[in-house]
Amino acid sequence: MTLLGKLTLQAIPLNEPLPLFSGLAVVIIALAVVAWVIAKGYLPYLWREWITSVDHKRIGVMYCILAGVMLLRGFIDAIMMRTQQAMAYDAPGFLPPSHFDQVFSAHGTIMIFFVAMPFVIGLMNVVVPLQLGVRDVAFPTLNSVSFWLTAAGALLVNLSLVVGEFDKMGWLPYPPLSELAYSPGVGVDYYCWSLQISGIGTLMTGINFVTTILKLRAPGMHYTRMPMFCWTALASNLLIVAAFPVLTATLAMLLLDRYVGFHFFTDTGGGNSMMFMNLIWAWGHPEVYILALPAFGIYSEVVSTFSNKPLFGYRSMIYATMAICIISFMVWLHHFFTMGAGADVNSIFGIASMIIAVPTGVKIFNWLFTMYGGSVRFNTPMLWAIGFIVTFAIGGMTGVLLAVPPADFQLHNSLFLVAHFHNVIIGAVLFGVFAGYMYWFPKAFGFTLDERLGKWAFWLWLIGFWVAWGPGYVVGLEGMTRRLQHYDVAEWRPWLILAEVGVGIILLGILAQIAQIVVSVRTRDRRRDVTGDPWDGRNLEWSTASPPPPFNFAVLPDVTDQEPYWDMKARAREIGQLTRPEPEYEPIHMPRNSPTGFVTAFLATVTGFALIWHIWWLVLLGLVGAYATFVVFAWRDHDEELIPVEEVARLDRANRAARSAALHHRLLRRETQRETPE
Amino acid sequence: MSSPESVLRAGRDPYHIGHAPSTGAPEYTGHGAGGPAPKRIVVGYGFWIFILSDVILFSCFFATYTVLIDARNGGPGPQQLFDLHNTALETACLLLSSFTCGMTSLAVARHNLLWTEITLAITGLLGLTFLGLEAHEFHALVALGAGPTRSAFLTAFFALVGCHGAHVTCGLLWLGTMMAQFPAKGFKETIRHRYLCFSLFWHALDIIWIGIFTVVYLIGVITP
Amino acid sequence: MIVVALLVLGELSGCGRAQLQPAGPISDAERKILLDSVVIMLAIVVPTILATLGVAWWYRGSNSRARRQPDFVYSGRVELIVWSIPALVITFLGGIAWIGSHDLDPARPLPSKAAPLDIQVVSLDWKWLFIYPKLGIASVNRLVVPAGVPLRLRLTSASVWNAFWIPQLGSILYCMNGMAGTLYLEADRPGVYRGESAMISGDGFADMHFDTDAVPQHEFDAWAASTRSAGPALDDAAYRVLLQQSVPAHPYTYGSVRSGLFADIVMQRLPPGDGPRDSAPGVHPVALP
Repeated sequence: MTLLGKLTLQAIPLNEPLPLFSGLAVVIIALAVVAWVIAKGYLPYLWREWITSVDHKRIGVMYCILAGVMLLRGFIDAIMMRTQQAMAYDAPGFLPPSHFDQVFSAHGTIMIFFVAMPFVIGLMNVVVPLQLGVRDVAFPTLNSVSFWLTAAGALLVNLSLVVGEFDKMGWLPYPPLSELAYSPGVGVDYYCWSLQISGIGTLMTGINFVTTILKLRAPGMHYTRMPMFCWTALASNLLIVAAFPVLTATLAMLLLDRYVGFHFFTDTGGGNSMMFMNLIWAWGHPEVYILALPAFGIYSEVVSTFSNKPLFGYRSMIYATMAICIISFMVWLHHFFTMGAGADVNSIFGIASMIIAVPTGVKIFNWLFTMYGGSVRFNTPMLWAIGFIVTFAIGGMTGVLLAVPPADFQLHNSLFLVAHFHNVIIGAVLFGVFAGYMYWFPKAFGFTLDERLGKWAFWLWLIGFWVAWGPGYVVGLEGMTRRLQHYDVAEWRPWLILAEVGVGIILLGILAQIAQIVVSVRTRDRRRDVTGDPWDGRNLEWSTASPPPPFNFAVLPDVTDQEPYWDMKARAREIGQLTRPEPEYEPIHMPRNSPTGFVTAFLATVTGFALIWHIWWLVLLGLVGAYATFVVFAWRDHDEELIPVEEVARLDRANRAARSAALHHRLLRRETQRETPE
Repeated sequence: MSSPESVLRAGRDPYHIGHAPSTGAPEYTGHGAGGPAPKRIVVGYGFWIFILSDVILFSCFFATYTVLIDARNGGPGPQQLFDLHNTALETACLLLSSFTCGMTSLAVARHNLLWTEITLAITGLLGLTFLGLEAHEFHALVALGAGPTRSAFLTAFFALVGCHGAHVTCGLLWLGTMMAQFPAKGFKETIRHRYLCFSLFWHALDIIWIGIFTVVYLIGVITP
Repeated sequence: MIVVALLVLGELSGCGRAQLQPAGPISDAERKILLDSVVIMLAIVVPTILATLGVAWWYRGSNSRARRQPDFVYSGRVELIVWSIPALVITFLGGIAWIGSHDLDPARPLPSKAAPLDIQVVSLDWKWLFIYPKLGIASVNRLVVPAGVPLRLRLTSASVWNAFWIPQLGSILYCMNGMAGTLYLEADRPGVYRGESAMISGDGFADMHFDTDAVPQHEFDAWAASTRSAGPALDDAAYRVLLQQSVPAHPYTYGSVRSGLFADIVMQRLPPGDGPRDSAPGVHPVALP
C-alpha cells in the first residue's frame, strides 16, 4: 500500500496538450484571482461576509456565482463537442474518442449538477425567506454547509481535468460499462464521489426549505397566501427530499461494486444492470422537475409583475404544481422504453408521462391569461418568460411525442432526444434562471442590470438556441444517435455545421451577459434601486430595502391576503404616504456566521480525492476531521448575534424614508403607476 | 382582547393594517399562519424530514434486495445462511435500547444528569452489542465463503444490513458525543433539541430493523 | 414551426434515409404514429404560441386600445377549458400509445406468409456479430437478409450494453449481457439500410455501424450457401478473439458456427468480454478474425 494510493505523476496529462493547457489555464486564472483578492486585502472581508456567512441572501448569491462559472466551463465543453462533430465527417476530428467521451460526460454532469441545480437553489435561497416574510431559512448553518458541499463537488469534477480523468459514458454512467472491468480508470470514481458529496448538500437544502416553507412563514400567511414561487419551491424541495436519497443509494451501490467487488450491477455474479436503470431514473426524472418547477415559479412571478396583474388561476396553479410533483415519480420508465419491459408496462408509463403534460399545459394557459387584460411591460425578464413559453411549448410537445413508446423506439438516444431535453432544460430552466437573476438582481445588489445588453443577450440566446438545436431534431430523424465521436453519413454534416453556428450565436449571448454584468457594475450609480421596488413588484421581497438588511424585516409583516405587498402599496399610493407608522423596534437575534460549511467542504474535497485515488490514510483523516468539525460546531456556546436596536432602527428608517420620498414624489407627479425603469 | 392569540396578534400587528383576525389559527397548529414556529418544532420537523429521506435511502436497498434475492450465482441462500437465534438477540438488543433511549428522554425532560448518563450508557452498550453480534454474523458468513462478493444476493444482503449497521455506528458516535455534551453543557435548549433529534434517529433505526428482520431474515428463512 | 418546416422539408426532399423513409412494416407504422402525434399536438401548440405572442403584444402597456382588466384573476369557464383541452388530447394520444405499444411490441411476431428467419445478434466491443443458427453461418458487421421475410432477431451482448438499431426498418432494442431480447423486423424491399448502436459502449462505439443488405430470397440463399463453404469457423477460440476490444477493418463472415454458441453467451457459460487491456486512447481498426 503506497502512500499516495493509485496516484502517480501519470495522472497529470503531460502528453495530452488539450487537457494540459486548459487545465493549466484554469489553475493560473484561479491562482491569479486568489492572489488579487489577497493583494487587495479583500480576504478578511470575503471570509467574514461571504465565506462564513450563514445569511441566505449571501449563500444564494454564491450559489448563482458558482452556477455562472460552471456554465462557462460546461459551455466550453459544448463548443468542443459541436466542433468535433462538425469536423468529424469521415475524419477523426481533433478529440480522440477517450477525450470526446470525457468532454460530453463532463458537459452533462456539470450542466445538470453544477449549473442548473445551483442556479435554481441559489435563487430559492435569495428569494424564498423574503417572500415568506421571515428572517432566514430554518437551518442557516446547514444552508452554508449545503452550498460549500456543492462547491466541493464542482471542484472535484474540475480537478479530474488536471489530475486523472473523468467518466466516459455520459452524465449517467450505466453499468456494466461503468463497472471496474470496463472502466478501470478513476473517471467513474471522480463522478460518483463528487456527486455523493454535492448530493448530501442538496439533500440538506431540501430538508431546509421544506421546513422553512411549511414551518416558517410570516403571521397570517396561510398556504393559500404564499407566492407562487414559494409553492414551486416547496414542490421542488419535496422532490429533492424524496429523490436524492435514491441517487445516493444508487451511486453507493456502484461504488461498492467498484471498490469492494460487490455484484449489484456487474455482468458476473448475478448482478442486474437493469436495476441501475430503474434506480437512477427513479431519481433522474424527479430531478428534472426539481429544476423545472422553480423555473415555472419564476415565470409566475415575472409574468404577473410585468403584466401588472395578479397571477391568473392561483389555486389551479397550486394543484397543477403539486400534480406535477407527484406524477413526476411515476414516469421514470420512459427513459428506457427500449429495454423491453413489454407493451403493458411501456404503455402505462407512457400514458403517465403524457398525463404530466396536462398540468404543465394548464400553467402555460394561466400565464397567458395573466397577460390577458394586463398591461405588459417588455423588460428583459418578461422577454425571457415569453421566449420560454414559445420554446417550451415545442420542447414539451417533443417530450409527449417521446412518451409514445413506438415513437420512442425510433427516437431513443438519438439527437432528437438530445434536442428535446436541451429544448426543455434550456427553454424552461435556463431561460427561467436568466429571467430570475435579472429580476432579483436589484434586490440582492441594490442596482438594476443594464436593459439593453440584457435584451441583446436574450435575442442572441433565443436565436442561437434554435439554430443550435433545431438541427438536432432533424438529424435525429435522420438516424443519428448521440455521443458519436465521428460518423460517415454525409446528410448529417450540414446540420451539425449549422448547430455549430448556433453555438457561436449562443456564445455571443453569453458574452453579452458577461458584458451586462461588467457594464452594470461600472455604471451602477445610474441605476440604483433606492426604494427596494424597482419593478413595481407584488410580493413581500419588494417591501424590503435593496439589498435587504441582514434581518430582512425589522418587524415581521402581517399577511392578510395573497400578494400582501401589493395591497400595502395600493393603499399607500392612494394616500401618498406609508400606511404604517414607524414600528416599535427591538433588537434582533440572528444566527452567527460560521466556518463550519467551508471547513466541512474542504474536508469533503480532501476525503473525496483520497477515496478516488485510494489514499486510505487520508480518507481516515478526512472522516475524523469531519467528525471533529461536527463536534466543534456542536460545542459552541453562542450561536446567535444580537443586532442592536439602533442598528435595526437605522436601517429600517432609511428604507422608510426612501419609500416615503418616492410616494410623495409620485403623488406630486400624478403620473400613471406604470413607469418602465431604465 | 384577552385570548392568547389576540394578545400575540396585537403585538405582531404594529402596522395597524386593521385586518380581521385570522380565523382561529393558534400558534402551534403547524398551519404556519401564526408566524414562524418555535425552534423546538422547527428542529424536530426538519429532522423528521431527514428521517423520511433516510427511509427512502433504505427503501432503495430493500428494493434491490428483493430484486436480487434469487441471484445466488450457485451459492448459498437465506435458508442455508441465516441464524434466527442471532437475529432474535440482535432484535432484543435494539428494542431494549429503544426503551432505554425513551428513559433517557424522560431523564432529559427532568434535567436529571445522572439518569441521563446512565440510560444513555445502557443504550450505547446495547447498541454496541447489536453491532458486535452483526459483525460476528458477517465474519462467519465471509469465513463460509458467503461474503458480499460471492453473489448478487449476498451483495444485496450485506449492503442492506450493513447500511443499517453503518447508521447504528453513526448513531453510537452521536450518542457518545451527547454523553460528553450533557455534563459539559448542561440541559441547554440546543442540547435538548439535539437529543430530540438523536432519539428520533435511534427509534427510526429500530423501525428499519423491524423491516429488515421481517423482509430479510424471517421471509428469507420461510421461502425456499 | 421550424421543426414542422424541417419535417416537411425532410419528407418532401427525402433527405436522410432513416425513420422517415421506412423500408419495413415496423418502421412504417412507427412513422405513422410519429407524424400523427405531431400533427395532433401541433393543433394545440401552434395556437398556444400564437395566442401567447398575440396577447403579449396586444396588451402591451403602450396599447391604448387594449381593455385592461386588472381583476381578471379567475374564471371557471377558462379553468374548465384549460384543464380539459390538454386532458382530451392526452386521452387521445394515450389511446395511440396503448394500441401502438401493443401492436409494435418488439417481441410481437409479424404476420406473414413466410416463416421468420432466425438471426442471433451479439453486440461486442466494438462490433456486431450476426449468427444464422439454422444456416450455420455468421457475419460480422454486415447483416444480409432476405427481403419480404420477417426476421426474428434475438439480441444479447457479450459485455456492456448496446442498442441494436436499423432506423429504416424499425425499433431500437437494448442488448444486455445475460439476457436475450426478441425483436421482429422486416425489410419490405431490397436495399442497403444503415444500422448502428444507439448506446455508448466505449471508445470504439462510433465505429459500431453496419450495413443491412436486404436482397431477394434467391440471392440470400446463394449468399448463405457461398458463405457456408468458405471462411473461418466460429468456435470458442474464435469467439474469444472476438471478445477482445477491437474494431474490425472490414466486415467478414464465418463459414461455420458452433451450435449452442448464442445460448452459451446468453447463459454466461461463456464469460463476458474483457475490458480494456491498456489505457491507450483511441481505437484503431484491426484486420480480423
